[in-house]
Amino acid sequence: MTLVNNRTKAHDETAGEFQRPPRFLNGEAFNKTFKWLSIGAALFVLMILGGFFVSLTIGAWPALKQFGFGFIWSSDWNPVTEKFGALPAIAGTLITSGIAILLAVPLAFAIAVYITQLAPKWLRHPLGIAIELLAAIPSIIYGMWGLFFFAPMFADYVQGPIINLFENVPVLSTIFEGPAIGIGMATAGIVLAVMILPFIASVMRDVIDTVPKRLKESGFAIGATDWEVTKAIIIPHCRTGLAGSIFLGLGRALGETMAVTFIIGNANRITASIFAPGNTIASTIANEFQEAYTEIHSSSLIALGLLLFIITFIVLAIARMMLNRIST
Amino acid sequence: MKRIIASLAVCAAASAITATSAFAADQITGAGATFPYPVYSKWAQSYNKETGVQLNYQAIGSGGGIKQIKANTVDFGASDKPLTPKELSKAGLMQFPTVMGGIVPILNVKGIKPGELVLDGKTIANIYLGKIKHWNNKEIQALNPGVKLPDSRISVVHRADGSGTTFNFTYYLADVSPAWKKDVGVDASVQWPVGTGGKGNQGVSNYVSQLKNSIGYVEYAYALQNKLTYARMKNKDGKVVSPAMENFQAAAAGADWKHAKGFYLILANQPGAKSWPMTAATFILLHKDVKDPKATKAVLKFFDWAYKNGDQAAAKLDYVPFPASVKTLIRDAWKKDLKADGHSVYMGS
Repeated sequence: MTLVNNRTKAHDETAGEFQRPPRFLNGEAFNKTFKWLSIGAALFVLMILGGFFVSLTIGAWPALKQFGFGFIWSSDWNPVTEKFGALPAIAGTLITSGIAILLAVPLAFAIAVYITQLAPKWLRHPLGIAIELLAAIPSIIYGMWGLFFFAPMFADYVQGPIINLFENVPVLSTIFEGPAIGIGMATAGIVLAVMILPFIASVMRDVIDTVPKRLKESGFAIGATDWEVTKAIIIPHCRTGLAGSIFLGLGRALGETMAVTFIIGNANRITASIFAPGNTIASTIANEFQEAYTEIHSSSLIALGLLLFIITFIVLAIARMMLNRIST
Repeated sequence: MKRIIASLAVCAAASAITATSAFAADQITGAGATFPYPVYSKWAQSYNKETGVQLNYQAIGSGGGIKQIKANTVDFGASDKPLTPKELSKAGLMQFPTVMGGIVPILNVKGIKPGELVLDGKTIANIYLGKIKHWNNKEIQALNPGVKLPDSRISVVHRADGSGTTFNFTYYLADVSPAWKKDVGVDASVQWPVGTGGKGNQGVSNYVSQLKNSIGYVEYAYALQNKLTYARMKNKDGKVVSPAMENFQAAAAGADWKHAKGFYLILANQPGAKSWPMTAATFILLHKDVKDPKATKAVLKFFDWAYKNGDQAAAKLDYVPFPASVKTLIRDAWKKDLKADGHSVYMGS
């Protein structure tokens, strides 16, 4: 109500004569200051980014010097012999994030399509808000839910039967091998999927909302079904945005720490089984940084941090490249 | 505007009060081992009631304790992994033991009651090496004739953080199993061939109570507090013993602290018919060259008080307090080793 009142009032005032804003907000001097302030702010972000990279590299230097590039593909993580390699953590990070994306993307897309296209009008708004609230749940809550509720259920009703089912099938018996303990890389991937689902879904919803109404209506007018409109009009029209939303989710999954540390099982090993406990880069750092009392151990952890930084960077760069190719 | 200024003034006054009270109430900060955390917090509670001094102890693991005291961010560090005399002199630290306790194997197998299962060092080593995969393995069954063991996979649980409990546990396994010594070794954190990692003694307890068919190792107080199923063990003399105060004591009895340089002594696999094989002492670390005499004095006062008044509380939690002779050795070491500007910081009790 007040909003409307203000607007009419402002309208009344400007109706007579155009009111100049106060001089100091308009002057040439202010304009210059404003310009430099914005440039400074933009540069500041770049400086922080560069600063991160430099300080991580300095911290990681002892490890990089000692292990060289072997650090990336060595699967040792042995504080006794002081030999450290990042491969188990890198593999764990990529596998859990991969599982998360595989599960979350189709679900998120279905949710977004339902909210924007199919749901009755009165349901759209509350549903959208519910999804956004899901994104506001702190990750530690997901971790606790994963450990105390999801993991035991997953072990009893999913892992156990799957392990027994594929016991004698080659390949599958290795992928689904091990005791059904409920915590491990598969669990971490699934919980991550739930965590990134709202992010992807709400961005996808906004993206799909940008599809012009006349395009969709022309589709329906020539007799296309909901699915045909989705496939032939919505997806092609906003491929860019959809891919962007997926990479946004991937970015979050790669760096997620607390929830994963709770449920991944914290084991620095590479196994073929996705039910086995593993470790991600972030969870290794979270577990060991405080206790690493030899220089080479802390330095190796910082090197892991540097790797995560670089991996995330590469993912976003690939995303950019893909987006550019799609839009041209 | 006036109101804002007034509320700001109130805020400033309030923060000034809390700041001064924090200084007045003498705080001791320490960090490290989770193994003795139950007894330290019990002592701290009684000490606070008597003197008003507050102990802020963060159980972040022995590795963390060593790191924090080296970085000088705490008044004392705590570790169940004793530093060797060489490491001590390199870092300019001194260490002294506070209490002893037992590490017990805990398990979660349907139908097995606390104390029902018997294990020996070699079997535990083979489980943790991944050589024994099922609970009904011949080796386990041979130690437990008459106990019905399930044909399920063993879920191994170990520590994820740097831990003195792990140090003592792996020290014992290396002592009884050449394969362990060769393939894994001894340290506060090692490259585990199998298993899942829990954070702290509490983390391992949580995992074992939650994961079916699991096995883990924790300090005895944690097994008791969490009502976990523990196993009995066959000791060096081939006798089966239960984790209990008297058996920890039996293991500690033979320890020669007098000749242990820098109190470096590991109590694993001690001889004696009643000795619990995984007994360990836990240590406090201090800088020899005392930079803040007031803080160090407060630390010594606390442990002096604990040696005098804390034995009963420790025993209640099944830790083994030290005999008077060892306590005298420790106080002598305080006098000799801790100096500020060339003067002893500890003036006797």
